[in-house]
Amino acid sequence: MQEQVKTISGVNPYKCMKCGKCSASCPSFNEMDIKPHQFVSYVLNDDLEALLNSESIKQCLTCFACVERCPRDVKPGNLIDTVRQMVVRKRGAELLSPEEVTQLLDPELPQQLLVSAFRRYRR
Amino acid sequence: MTYSYYPGCTLKTKAKDLDVYARRAAIALGIELEEIEEWQCCGGVYPLATDEIASKLSSVRALNAAKEKGQDLVTMCSACHHVIKRVNDDMANVSDIQMRANNYMELEEPYQGETSVIHFLELLRDKVGFDKIKEKVVNPLTGRKIGAYYGCLLLRPSKVMAFDNAENPSIMEEFIKAIGATPVVYPLRNECCGGYISLKEEERTQDMVTKIVESAGGAQAESLITACPLCLYNLNKNNSKVDMPVYYFTELLAEALGVKEEVEG
Repeated sequence: MQEQVKTISGVNPYKCMKCGKCSASCPSFNEMDIKPHQFVSYVLNDDLEALLNSESIKQCLTCFACVERCPRDVKPGNLIDTVRQMVVRKRGAELLSPEEVTQLLDPELPQQLLVSAFRRYRR
Repeated sequence: MTYSYYPGCTLKTKAKDLDVYARRAAIALGIELEEIEEWQCCGGVYPLATDEIASKLSSVRALNAAKEKGQDLVTMCSACHHVIKRVNDDMANVSDIQMRANNYMELEEPYQGETSVIHFLELLRDKVGFDKIKEKVVNPLTGRKIGAYYGCLLLRPSKVMAFDNAENPSIMEEFIKAIGATPVVYPLRNECCGGYISLKEEERTQDMVTKIVESAGGAQAESLITACPLCLYNLNKNNSKVDMPVYYFTELLAEALGVKEEVEG
């Protein structure tokens, strides 16, 4: 499973020197159970089960602050989105349903928001 | 100067202002924007998983349409720009993605990242020139204190986006100067507005947006400009603390060039 994550994300977690700059930059830090720098360690330790069930994959905003600021170009955000993809690609494991969305609409809501949310949270 | 133009879905619906004012300003500046035929939605977000191909094809189609016309491809929305620019980088540099996407496309000549993708702000800076814009301004927005809200997608990751310095950008401030107003630099101008999370997490988005508008207000900004429909929506909807109107940068450009009221709708 570790190989699969590495291949799909294109991330080499061995480059990480654990400086924590990604987590320090993350706007979702407080809401994440597994912080961005820990995410990299979990992949190294091949503890994918914890990542697949983590709250972090729902909270990542893909703002690319972690990717931008990483001094080793590890791209923690790419790892998080890859694990999110591995979850939502399974049938019935979507993190957002069309039924749910109809309750959340408001007249000003831009199409861009719906497209983005659907792309991140379901297949 | 003629360019291929990719407006994107939201600019045809909720963000018509971003598109309409850009088109009026472009005419005033002598730029021809040719909307590419049969463009498709970019998907809003760039797929980070490297094995995603289908979700990149709409960008490849737009890029190839511009290539066939021999034109640069101009984008207006931050999200479209981000997605198309990054897919273009993949098509130029990632052989696996290039091969698989071209297998789907079955083009006469494979697409290999030949098109230049430029955001309208970059076009104003690099092709027209802010000095030239200054000369064409008939209604300078003198005295208005405007903060640039960059958000995430135009700037990061800077290795691919190559838009501006990701931590200390200046292009929008230069733009604000060109239209005669006073730019206000504030600390949180490149922080995330919450993006798509606002759909389900209202409280979190309110927290994030409040920090941004308080940061701008604290630096004496009276309004903000953005290039992103989702940023505009989040900043307007989730701010109950500070009086801080948010405009598309194209609206203020059209106003300064004296073409804002030209044709309605």
